[in-house]
This record gives sequence, C-alpha cells and structure tokens, in this order.
Amino acid sequence: MNTKRNLMLKRCGRCGNTWSLRPFACAACGSMQLHDLQSNGVGTVRACSVVTRAPDARWRALAPYTVVLVALQEGPTVMGQADADVAIGDLVVGSRHALSTTDYIRFGRHQPNEQPES
Amino acid sequence: MNAQAHILSAVTTKFGRRDNATTLALLAEAANDCLALAGVERRDIDGVLCGYATTFPHLMLATLLSEKLGLNPAYAHGMQLGGATGAAMVMLARELILSGRCKQILVVAGENRLSGQSTDSSMQTLAQVGDAAMEVPCGASVPTYYALLASEYMHRTGLTKADLAEFAVLMRRHACTHPHAHLQNAITVDDVLQSKPISSPLQLLDCCPISDGACAILVGARPGPVAIIGAGQAHQHQHLSRLSDLYDTGAAAAAARALAEARISRNDIDYLGIYDSFTITLAILLEELGFAQRGQAANAVRQGRYSRDGPLPLNTHGGLLSFGHSGVAGGMAHIAEAWAQLAGQAKARQIAEKKRAFIHADGGVLSSHISLILSATGDTA
Repeated sequence: MNTKRNLMLKRCGRCGNTWSLRPFACAACGSMQLHDLQSNGVGTVRACSVVTRAPDARWRALAPYTVVLVALQEGPTVMGQADADVAIGDLVVGSRHALSTTDYIRFGRHQPNEQPES
Repeated sequence: MNAQAHILSAVTTKFGRRDNATTLALLAEAANDCLALAGVERRDIDGVLCGYATTFPHLMLATLLSEKLGLNPAYAHGMQLGGATGAAMVMLARELILSGRCKQILVVAGENRLSGQSTDSSMQTLAQVGDAAMEVPCGASVPTYYALLASEYMHRTGLTKADLAEFAVLMRRHACTHPHAHLQNAITVDDVLQSKPISSPLQLLDCCPISDGACAILVGARPGPVAIIGAGQAHQHQHLSRLSDLYDTGAAAAAARALAEARISRNDIDYLGIYDSFTITLAILLEELGFAQRGQAANAVRQGRYSRDGPLPLNTHGGLLSFGHSGVAGGMAHIAEAWAQLAGQAKARQIAEKKRAFIHADGGVLSSHISLILSATGDTA
C-alpha cells in the first residue's frame, strides 16, 4: 500500500506544530519554514458518518459509504473514507486510495501489534 | 459620521418553488418591496450591497441590479461569505453609515436556487467550501460535513437524534404562521426520525430545503424602529479538518465582540435569530453562544423556551429549516423577521413586545461567524 501524498503533513521548523491541508504559514507562530512530514497514517476516529445521499452519480453508485474525521498521532485531523465497521474512538490506520481521477485516504481498524508503514 | 445605524425596512419574497422567476426578478421584487415599505425615493439610496447567487455567478451583481432598479449609488459591491454573507452585509452597512460614507444602503440577496439548477448541482457547488484536495474527494458534501460535526457533538454531549428532531419540529411550527414560508405542513419528532437517511446521523428533515426567494433590508442613518447596536465577527478556520475544538468554533468569540460593543449581556436579549442550516447547527450555536447549557438546548425546546410565546422566541419565521434556504437570502430572512417582530410589523404572527434581538449566522462549516444585536427604538416604521 502507498501511504504517501495524502498523508503528507507540514511541520513547523520553528515551533514544531504540525498541520494538515498544506498551509503556507504556521497558524501557531507565523513561521513560513514548513517542512514535509510523512504521517504513519495511524490515528483515532473523531467523527463518523454513513453517507446515503451522495453528491453525484459516481458516488451514488458506491453509496452507502463511510466518511470519517481522524485525529492522527502526529496531531492534525484529516478527512477520509473508512471501512463500515469503524466507530468514534477506534484506533485506525489509513492509506491512499485511488478512484479514477481522484484519490483520498481510506481508513481501517488498526491492530496495535501491526507495524504501521513508515 | 453618524451616531447610530437603523434598519428602516426589511422584507422577504415568498420562498419555495418560484417557477419562471429569475434571480434578477427575485432580487428586484424584494428590493422594490423594501423601498416601498420604507417610503424612500430611489435617488436617496447611496449604497447597494448584494450577496452572491450560485445560479447566477455574475462578476458585478450589485451594479447590475442597480442598473435594473434605476439606482445610482455612490458605493456598491457584492459580497461572498457563504451563509454568513447576509449578516456580514448588514454589519458592513452599519459601518458605512457610522463612518459617514453612506446615508441609506440597500442590502439585498436572492436567487432561484431551487428551480434554477438540479439538487446535485447545488450540492456540488456548496461542497466546495470543503478542501478540494483532501475533503471533497472523499465523496463529502455539506450535509456530510455537518453530519460529521453532529456525530462528534453527540458523542461528546450525549445529544440524541430525537433531541435534534425537536429543532426541526419547532421551526416547522413557526413556519406555519408565515405566509412566505416554503414548508408549512406540520411534522412530529417521529416524522423527522423516519424521514430519508441523508448522512448519518442526519435525516432529510434535519436538513434545510433548497428554495427560491429573496430578501432586502434597508439600513440608514435617519431614525427608524430598530437600531443595530452591536456587531462582531470571528473566522477561526475554513475547513472542518482544521476545527480543532468543537466547543470553540468562533461563534462565542463573535458574540462576545458584539455584546461588548452593544454594552449589554445575554440576559438583556429577548429574541433570537440563529442560523439553522441543519438541526445540529442550531444545537451547537445555541450552546456555544451561551443561550443554553451544553447538551441542553433540545430540553429547552421541549420546555417551550424558544416558542413564539416563550421567554426567548427563536426564528419565528421558521428558519432555514422550514421558511427555506435560498442562499444568502435564507440567512438574511432571520434578520428580516427580527426586524418585523421588534418593529411591530409582523401582522398576524406578531409576538409579545420584544426589545433586543441577537442574530447569528455562520458560513462554510461553522467557519465564518457574524453576530448582530438589534434594539427596538420605539419609533414606528
């Protein structure tokens, strides 16, 4: 599995805060010295929704599907899809998932003895 | 410089399906009704602020509308701040009056959001408030963003789906009193729980409808029945992924700024106009704004606190959930209704005399927050 790209975070070279969504400046200290940080993809489910009413025909064919917010161990929260059996509070691990022209993170339950990819 | 800005008149068109009504026709209908209600001459309008329209994304909607309405403003432009746009325009109109830049400003918004496009098209346009690379590609849309908020908020507070349904039932009960409301058939908590699943935990009746409609508000320097005595904003994040603490979305920060400016406390407020794109939006906002304890807003609904005859009436027009959501105008309708109730202009749906209204709107995913405080002056409209 390839965990790169979508799980690439930005870490502030001055204060050490870590951010998702690729900002151009650190929201904590204002520094523009942000460095790539590869997440190991492991985190805890903060929010979880099963989507029945999809926004377009392509997603409608795949509904119902589960969308989650996951607080990564490195700090930031990211949005992704998830296996149907995940719930708030679960430890999960995500990897990049491609679907035609788009890609997103797909999370599944993480067994603590399983080695996360690095 | 002017000492105070007043809302001189405020109107909505009928909301709902308005077949054959273009965005411009809806805007003109609201604007003309608003000017007529205030009894002002067109030549005395020196400012025009116009909200964006998703079905009519013109580059210069404020000046286009001015030409169509025979207005010749000295100051005009559009604004885009999602659902917070209407309240933000009223706040800006007040600033322009206080600074002395303008004397009489027409604030207007509307669109044929229902009849002018498909539901899929509307959902895809609105979904773009999410991150284009990381959130939208998950198959998410605005209902899913708010569903995620709801799941976390329910997990944290113990709020239930039946609790959320109370807000939908209350808004529908209020909409039944307003002839311009989109949805007026009575509903029960069970109807909400049995309605179509959209994005768990939200069902269809937890979500506002998509409507056609427009709203216009005239803000001026001269005396009027309602003064705008405080305003505040907060913009702490754009994307849901960057909302780090669900108990601190920015709503309380905006409210604190508005209350400080008005030099009053929450206890002085006797009417609420709160943004209600989804039932969960109302629960979170009422609680963060400090008008209910955490997790207790639904119980307050059951106790009649926010009913028309209760101590703190909420969205007596039916809110976005039932009066309807035609984009910027949907959020402005809360202000129009507060004006009507404070000015004694609400006709058959007039509630007992109220002195001070608190208005709150949010844009995006609880991203942009605007609070306004309106005060009845005792002057007649």
